[in-house]
Amino acid sequence: MPQIDISTFGYQIFWLFVTFAVLYFFMAKRGLPKVAEVLEEREERITSDLDQAAKLREEGVELEAAYEKTLADAKASASQSIKEVRETMKSSLEDRRAKADADIAKRISAAEDAVAKAKADAMVELESIAVEACQAIVGKVAGVEVDAAAAKKAVKAQLTAQSGKDA
Amino acid sequence: MAEQQSPLEQFEIKKIFDLELAGFDISFTNSSLWMSIAVIACTIFVLGGMSKASIVPGRWQSMVEMAYEFIAKMLNEAVGPEARKFFPFVFTLFMFILFVNISGMIPGSFTATSHIAVTFALAAFVFIGITIFGFMRNGLGYLKLFMPSGIPMAMAPFLILIEVISYLTRPISLSVRLFANMTAGHIMLKVIASFAVMLGPVWFFPVLFNVALTGLEFLVAVLQAYVFSMLSCIYLNDTYHVDH
Repeated sequence: MPQIDISTFGYQIFWLFVTFAVLYFFMAKRGLPKVAEVLEEREERITSDLDQAAKLREEGVELEAAYEKTLADAKASASQSIKEVRETMKSSLEDRRAKADADIAKRISAAEDAVAKAKADAMVELESIAVEACQAIVGKVAGVEVDAAAAKKAVKAQLTAQSGKDA
Repeated sequence: MAEQQSPLEQFEIKKIFDLELAGFDISFTNSSLWMSIAVIACTIFVLGGMSKASIVPGRWQSMVEMAYEFIAKMLNEAVGPEARKFFPFVFTLFMFILFVNISGMIPGSFTATSHIAVTFALAAFVFIGITIFGFMRNGLGYLKLFMPSGIPMAMAPFLILIEVISYLTRPISLSVRLFANMTAGHIMLKVIASFAVMLGPVWFFPVLFNVALTGLEFLVAVLQAYVFSMLSCIYLNDTYHVDH
């Protein structure tokens, strides 16, 4: 069995320590610090990224609140404007309605005046027609010539009595 | 293959060139060559993986980080955060044994860890180092390790004897476990492979068996590197926690 050949032990162990020492040097001085550095850097990066994410989230919440406030303000101001416009329109409508009412009243009173005047005119004409008719009727029926003044007097009295009865 | 090679022939140490230092024979052999190859491969693996180190690791960098975190976790669980300063040594120990074991799986290569001289030297180095550190850290209080607390005085001499023996046999069990596993595995592969030649028409049975066995040997190579460094951690734990 070659393993129990003691004559080879010396150089086997010598080279074991040489190669092991070389590997230890490279691992301890070069490789492992580098790995540790990268792992630490990654840890830091993850922590800082998480912090940043939390910060951004907070900012987002703030922005949302600001947005909602702006929206509520805009809504309030819009409804305010609508109210104002509605009130303005209402008052101007009432103005116009009042004006129109006054106008209509004026026209009605004018028309009523015209009607009253026409009635008075008609009455005067009616009187003269009645006087003439009376003269003619009396002349024909009684054969008496009635002068205009007497006929007029009789008609007036009769009309006054009639209108008094009507009234 | 017909010339009936011994399955032990693969463990032969062959000098590549002779060297001498202050009267000592330090010839460069196939064992030295394959340990050097393992060390170079491991250095390339770690430094190459970290050469373009970035926050988001690539595949290669991930493997290096996995090895790092695996050993860091093992040391942390077995001993605790106070043993950080031994991390480079434990990492080197694991990677050295792992790469030597794995490079031994290359057909025609040489497995340096299949020699008791190598495994025992490693185990003795770990054992002596831990013992010296134990006395440096605890003074003579380190001897309390051999006296379990809360036992009857009458039992003490007997138990101390057992504890001392178990402590002293640590380097032997540590080195023999690795050496025996590697040697046995390689002998078995060779023997089964020679069956394939002997059996003739049904050669494929031993070949299939050898394929499965090769997979098992890779597992053993990794496992033994883990066991060796894990036990070193457990022995190191005694120096930090003397009262058990």
